[in-house]
Amino acid sequence: MQLTLWTYEAPPHVGAMRIATAMNGLHYVLHAPQGDTYADLLFTMIERLDRRPPVTYSTFQARDLGGDTAQLFQTAVKEAYERFRPEAILVGASCTAELIQDDPGGLARALALPVPVIPLELPAYQRKENWGASETFYRLVRALAGPQAPPPGEKRPGRKAATAPSCNILGPTALGFRHRDDVFEVTRLLERLGVEVHRVAPLGARPGDIARLGDADFNVVLYPEVAETAARWLERSFGQPWTKTVPIGVGATRDFIAEVAALADLDPTPLLSGQDCRLPWYSRSVDSNYFTGKRVFIFGDATHALAAARIADQELGFKVVGLGTYSREFARSLREAAKGYGVEALITDDYLEVEARVAELQPELVLGTQMERHIAKRLGIGCAVISSPVHVQDFPARYSPQMGFEGANVIFDTWVHPLVMGLEEHLLAMFRDDFEFHDGAIPSHLGVSTAEGDERRTTLPSAALSETSAVTWEEDAEEELRKVPFFVRGKARRNTERFALDQGLAIISIETLYDAKAHFGR
Amino acid sequence: MSEAPAGPPAGLRAKGCGEATVLRERGQREVFCGLTGIVWLHRKIQDAFFLVVGSRTCAHLIQSAAGVMIFAEPRFATAIIDERDLAGLADLHEELDRVVTRLLERRPEIRLLFLVGSCPSEVIKLDLSRAAARLSESFAPRVRILNYSGSGIETTFTQGEDACLASLVPELPAEPQRSGPSLLVVGALADVVEDQLRRLFGDLGVGPLHFLPPRRSPELPPVGPQTLFLLAQPFLADTARALEERGATRLAAPFPLGAEGTTLWLKAAADAWGVPRTRFHAVTAPGQDRARRAIAHSAQQLSGKSVFFFPDSQLEVPLARFLSRELSMEPIEVGSPYLHREHLAEELRLLPPGTLLSEGQDVERQLDRCRAARPYLTVCGLGLANPLEAEGLATKWSIELLFTPIQGYDQAGDLAELFARPLTRRDRLVA
Ligand code: SF4
Ligand code: SF4
Repeated sequence: MQLTLWTYEAPPHVGAMRIATAMNGLHYVLHAPQGDTYADLLFTMIERLDRRPPVTYSTFQARDLGGDTAQLFQTAVKEAYERFRPEAILVGASCTAELIQDDPGGLARALALPVPVIPLELPAYQRKENWGASETFYRLVRALAGPQAPPPGEKRPGRKAATAPSCNILGPTALGFRHRDDVFEVTRLLERLGVEVHRVAPLGARPGDIARLGDADFNVVLYPEVAETAARWLERSFGQPWTKTVPIGVGATRDFIAEVAALADLDPTPLLSGQDCRLPWYSRSVDSNYFTGKRVFIFGDATHALAAARIADQELGFKVVGLGTYSREFARSLREAAKGYGVEALITDDYLEVEARVAELQPELVLGTQMERHIAKRLGIGCAVISSPVHVQDFPARYSPQMGFEGANVIFDTWVHPLVMGLEEHLLAMFRDDFEFHDGAIPSHLGVSTAEGDERRTTLPSAALSETSAVTWEEDAEEELRKVPFFVRGKARRNTERFALDQGLAIISIETLYDAKAHFGR
Repeated sequence: MSEAPAGPPAGLRAKGCGEATVLRERGQREVFCGLTGIVWLHRKIQDAFFLVVGSRTCAHLIQSAAGVMIFAEPRFATAIIDERDLAGLADLHEELDRVVTRLLERRPEIRLLFLVGSCPSEVIKLDLSRAAARLSESFAPRVRILNYSGSGIETTFTQGEDACLASLVPELPAEPQRSGPSLLVVGALADVVEDQLRRLFGDLGVGPLHFLPPRRSPELPPVGPQTLFLLAQPFLADTARALEERGATRLAAPFPLGAEGTTLWLKAAADAWGVPRTRFHAVTAPGQDRARRAIAHSAQQLSGKSVFFFPDSQLEVPLARFLSRELSMEPIEVGSPYLHREHLAEELRLLPPGTLLSEGQDVERQLDRCRAARPYLTVCGLGLANPLEAEGLATKWSIELLFTPIQGYDQAGDLAELFARPLTRRDRLVA
């Protein structure tokens, strides 16, 4: 039993919904109680989808439990088929139905519907959303493309000389972080390289498209969390190689182009120049000097966290002081990367643990999910969102991919914004004693809505407090600290306290503050 | 839509005489479960904490219903059951004790803890009342620990509040001997509404007055045979029954929505206290007048327009009554997850004759009926609103009716405006 305040991932059947909702001509019948229909709003409200997710819930009640919940499920499948006429049906159980063990797969098959019925086993007490999406996509690909696979051992016929190399783009789903725009950007990139995009899946695909995946020469895996398992199966069954680089950031995009060019036997040079990418020049321009060594904390799904760390370190000149993910499935690659940055990876799905780590590290910028955005806001640190879990703001009206060269431009703007705003706030703080700039005024860029106002900056997590409790600040030292620009204030406080502890001082005076400053050299 | 929508047989319509028969449906429901109530209840009872014992789905539902993840440490959480618990590798009761202990250590300000049952906890027959009793012993007197079920197999949406308040009733102190009658207002209301009602009842000379739930747990209201209670919400069947078992008497009334509803609701108490007509009039006339003026702003937009309710909060019948009688709207179908005939008797009498009532749900059939009727305004849950908008139907999402103060005279205008806004907005948008 785990005490959970906020969860980074939904249960695994929501992952299955992300696949079903991304596609057309597919329907998902879920054995579940009525409350589970809340999941529709993730798509209709957060993603602002203009149609209902293609999901039917059996909505059994307590009084059905003694009777025939199995019958209820069968009726739901039958009626859903008759009403929606899907080309394929997914069936499965949510957490509660898993406990009553009705066997949705068997029940649906017994109906002998004229379309493929794909049963999903998504253990709700063990697994989570991304795993559910990955498993669902894999089952779907296996069931629909499987019959097309050549006999084992048969070699893949070579591509005909006259035809352009082709690939599938795998992984984009409904409710994904910028998936829609990433697909557009990567498609453009591939086409400019001379690769034809055969199918995109699951986003926008029909069951019939899934059946044809094996026709492409290779696969581009945009989101390993969702598509790696399916890509491995396609590799085994159709001999299709797949890309390992996720093109987020300038360096990764270049690597990706090189990787694709090698798979497709094409010349990458014309594209590699990345003429339309402004990030490298902006990052070199003198006003970006200010970003040098900015301490940044990164947390998200593994793909986005890893990419963000590389960009922060190599392309913006920040210093990665913390790196973590809630995707346990990818813990190993994240640990390796963290080692490279000289930090310890944080692998957890416990929000409180992440909050404690941020409070302890006092970074100058947080790159995280909507959860970290709230942590950062409470601690008064700038933040940019880089990964799911998503909020309605993460579906902007404008084109804003994360991938490719345009994605790098978007990232530059998004990450730099809170820092620049921080600088502006510092200027504001210099006039804090002016009547217009009283201390209680809320920084404009935080965009606080009234609903949020009342609980801002409430309790600091206990980890932060326990660390600081060993030393006391003299009042005038505290006063002096307040004159330090707010975006380095946390660091100054932390360094001073650490210095005091090292020196065995129980009390911090103004002297101590400046001694510490001299000691740490900044 | 090629198939003709299933029209209701004649006779299944409100007769405007309180004896309405209804279209009862059984199919896919599109309503939240009772856990959702935690989202507003934890804001109302300020020293209470709600610990759901359930699955990741339950945790995710509350998080999603709360909409924005705004609170660092909200006063609710989920103890997520995992495979070790289910496989019997861990003792569920020991696990729960561990989680509760950790929680109460972290949050010393908590005085009242609700263990909230969910579908998984019910299906595996985890006895939360036993757990609550056991834990109460260890944490008394600092923390009172109660339990109720918000599970989706037993409760829809607002029934979670009913179950929560019902669990509080046995905890209420007995009213003092020979104390004379007192009034209890039952159902979570916004503080601002409570304060207004307090003033009105004070001016009427009705009291002593108490509210359930109270803002803080030590202020639990007394109850007994001298207690008369008014339901402020239409979904409190179990709470009302529990209060009656403690000897209290329900005052039958419509619900305090709109000028008329508020007046009749206040009047039920005033009559029980024998408040003279003139005094009642003097006290309520200014409020009634303000309410009517405020409502008038929306009248032009809403008058004569049709409205269709999908079942959601059980507020549907009182809302349809308000919209039809004070704004001249025409309810096409009033769907409710559950129709409490007795508590709604005064409401049903006021509905226009012929209004179609439906109870339960088959969401696909209901959507067929809605599309065929093409109402001017559709009141529905969050899962349906945008898809219906995309089909060209104006919608009002019903969850807002639980998060916004809508009861009483001074909120009547806001309530009307909630329904008018989607229509006004459509008029404004040209692109
Ligand atoms: S319907 Fe049941 S399982 Fe689903 S969220 Fe509600 S209590 Fe949890
Ligand atoms: S106005 Fe502001 S930005 Fe311009 S020179 Fe003066 S301080 Fe610098």
